[in-house]
Amino acid sequence: MPIIQVDNVSMRFNLAQEKTETLKEYTVKLLKHQLFFNEFYALQDVSFSIEPGESVALIGRNGSGKSTMLKLIAGVMYPSKGSVRVNGEIAPLIELGAGFDMELTARENVYLNGAVLGHDRAYMDEHFKNIIDFAELWDFVDVPVKNYSSGMIARLGFSIATEVRADILACDEILSVGDFMFQQKCHDRMEQMLSGGTTLLFVSHDINQVKQLCKRAIWIDHGHLRGDGPSAEVCDAYVAAMQRGE
Amino acid sequence: MQGNTTAQLRGSWRNFSKYRPLIRELVTRDLKVKYRRSFLGYVWSILNPLLMMLLQTLVFSYMFRFQIENFPLYLICGNTLFNFFNESTNMGMGSVLGNSSLIKKVYVPKFIFPISRVVSSFVNLLFSLAAILLVMLITRSPFHLTILLVWAPLVLLFLFTCGMALLLSALAVYFRDLQYLYGIVTMAWMYATPLFYPISALPPFMVVVVKLNPLYHYINCMRCLVMYGTVPGPNTWFACIACAVGMMAVGLAAFRKLQRNFILYL
Repeated sequence: MPIIQVDNVSMRFNLAQEKTETLKEYTVKLLKHQLFFNEFYALQDVSFSIEPGESVALIGRNGSGKSTMLKLIAGVMYPSKGSVRVNGEIAPLIELGAGFDMELTARENVYLNGAVLGHDRAYMDEHFKNIIDFAELWDFVDVPVKNYSSGMIARLGFSIATEVRADILACDEILSVGDFMFQQKCHDRMEQMLSGGTTLLFVSHDINQVKQLCKRAIWIDHGHLRGDGPSAEVCDAYVAAMQRGE
Repeated sequence: MQGNTTAQLRGSWRNFSKYRPLIRELVTRDLKVKYRRSFLGYVWSILNPLLMMLLQTLVFSYMFRFQIENFPLYLICGNTLFNFFNESTNMGMGSVLGNSSLIKKVYVPKFIFPISRVVSSFVNLLFSLAAILLVMLITRSPFHLTILLVWAPLVLLFLFTCGMALLLSALAVYFRDLQYLYGIVTMAWMYATPLFYPISALPPFMVVVVKLNPLYHYINCMRCLVMYGTVPGPNTWFACIACAVGMMAVGLAAFRKLQRNFILYL
């Protein structure tokens, strides 16, 4: 049984709708008949399925719909058409530190963020030591997160999301943060999770990283599925297309 | 159809129990952040209502006078409940908008945010009960056995407030002006609630208006139990329970219907 099944998914945004914030603008647009015409398809009729244990990269240009796809899979959005089925626990790494409260200390944030991912206090107690060990933040455990550098916040976020066990790890452009040593560490941990049977879903612009980490790549171009196959082939086709100036 | 609804409800319940730790963490967070760096900390939860009562007692004893026995206790009973309602609905209304960064990135059941705000304020309310006890001691008010029943109006008010917070938080996503409008609404609501005047001081048509106000019944119930040592009649209980259940149903239904498209408006 596939762990992620995406069937004929389309995602429509109403650009006008998003912008119309005040009553005046709304009335003006209504009178001009512009209100419901500014439709934009971030994804159109995309289908694929991912088996457990696969490592899949989503590649494509900025604004091609990769992040929207990831959000649909994470359950943050619902597709306008089609269906997305996920049979497992997802650990989203969509933006590191999204669930942090800046006023709280790292220690308190570990528990808060763990709860956001659906884990209780006892579970987080068990993993607390490992999380701080991995993030190398023992000196700053009781410092409010607002005083952290962005790299430190990212380290803590990565550490929490990868320490707790999940069937699927969904990452969006996160390995660009942190220094070289930490990037290496993150990379190792992701490989380790992959060999442990976790399914990886990876969004990146770094073609080398994609080739290194993922066996399969899915290329999304202007909301359409343009390529799906072994990552080396798809990545080469993607790079070639970009160099042709598409 | 029937089976479908039951399955849905069971799914909602499972979701709720899975994310119960999150409610707990959010409530702890709210309480910690609220008084962080303040010198007196939690003492403010008791001190604040006391000072407020003192001020209002002075104002209403010298400027406007009403024939109410033990006016300080009368005031603090009403104020505590009204402030809880006011604080938690205001905070709850902004809670979905305020957590938009999280909602956009991770799947979390969204009702958690308004509910956890109401729970935080409820904990605060429980602290404030100490202030009421203190006023009872200072004014030598007799303790009645009925005070043991005081949890009943509080729990019912809690449900009523949860429903209200759910409704407001969902509407505020689509209609942000609500945040400003609601300030005026609560102001009107405050004057329509007998906090510092007795209901007997009102002309007959206003009595009808006030009796349509759910908060009046909760506060009346509380005062009966704490001040007068009587258990209120069936009408009051009926009003309290009906408002709690009704508001909760409306809030849940509206929230369920509206939450699907939150993400497009956040």
